Amino acid sequence: MTWLAILGAGAGCYLLKLAGVSLPARVLDHPVVERVADLIPVALLAALVAVQVFADGTRLTLDARAAGLAAAVVALLLRTPFLVVVFTAAAAAALVRLVVPGW
Amino acid sequence: MVDPGSSAPSAAAHRAVVRDSLGVGIATGLYGVSFGAVSVAAGLSVPQTCVLSLVMFTGASQFAFVGVVAAGGAMWSGALTSLMLGTRNTLYGLKLTPLLDFRGWRRPAAALLVIDESTAMSVTRDSRDLARTGFVTTGLAVFVLWNLFTLVGAVAGNLIGDPRDYGLDAAVGGAFLALLWPRLADARNRVIAVSAAAVALGVVPVTAAGVPVLVAGGVALLAGVLTRSAGDRTELPGP
Repeated sequence: MTWLAILGAGAGCYLLKLAGVSLPARVLDHPVVERVADLIPVALLAALVAVQVFADGTRLTLDARAAGLAAAVVALLLRTPFLVVVFTAAAAAALVRLVVPGW
Repeated sequence: MVDPGSSAPSAAAHRAVVRDSLGVGIATGLYGVSFGAVSVAAGLSVPQTCVLSLVMFTGASQFAFVGVVAAGGAMWSGALTSLMLGTRNTLYGLKLTPLLDFRGWRRPAAALLVIDESTAMSVTRDSRDLARTGFVTTGLAVFVLWNLFTLVGAVAGNLIGDPRDYGLDAAVGGAFLALLWPRLADARNRVIAVSAAAVALGVVPVTAAGVPVLVAGGVALLAGVLTRSAGDRTELPGP
């Protein structure tokens, strides 16, 4: 089941790329296509941030991950590279859990 | 502007593109280590993690897939989220093809390398030769290093014990925020982002894990269609 989902989603993502280099460029001329294509990553990434940090299964939670997110915001404001942002988020959450076990 | 393909760029311009592309490729490839570690923390095996990087090869979709699975979501909702995020690569391909003009076997091979970074390092060039150099150099550098460091991260992630002790669950939120950040410079995108996050959290208690993110994707679809009808009033009637 896991393998099926991995291979299916992987093949699907490749086919989406292949469609882009195979379709005629005039598909882009349709304004809805371009707008929706611009908005979808924004909406999905924002939703993923929210759910990854403030949800646990089907419950809303507030725990050390929120501290990680706050640290990531600071790192981004300081224009640090991607890897530093991710590391900072992890380190902040780990630090909070060290001080408040189980949080 | 140089007419694409008409004049050969100077060797110095060529070297500059290669140098910049390798820099981006190395920086991006390195964070494959965070994907590898997060993926095994989500419960995927080392081979499964590596196959995701090899075949899917588009970071945001990969993080989305393992993120949804880690949150207890069904595999299908993880797969669907990764596919929705993968649609932007279609858009990149549409923009790149007239510029790069790859033919024959090179086209399906180049398709695999269509990602955020290779597109960014290519579309800004003013000759076909430099655009191809930026695309291929960045794409290959990221592909090789991303897969190598995915393996490193996955193996290391398996050895360290409880990933929560290292804050790896918080690392995923940070990774998504870092991917989102450059897009927040646009005011409309900020509105969409806040709405999508609010909608997703709003439906968390009433839907299965993984579904809230898909609902937020629906919000984007709706917003894209609705803002068109509001903004197109001044457009001349067309076919």
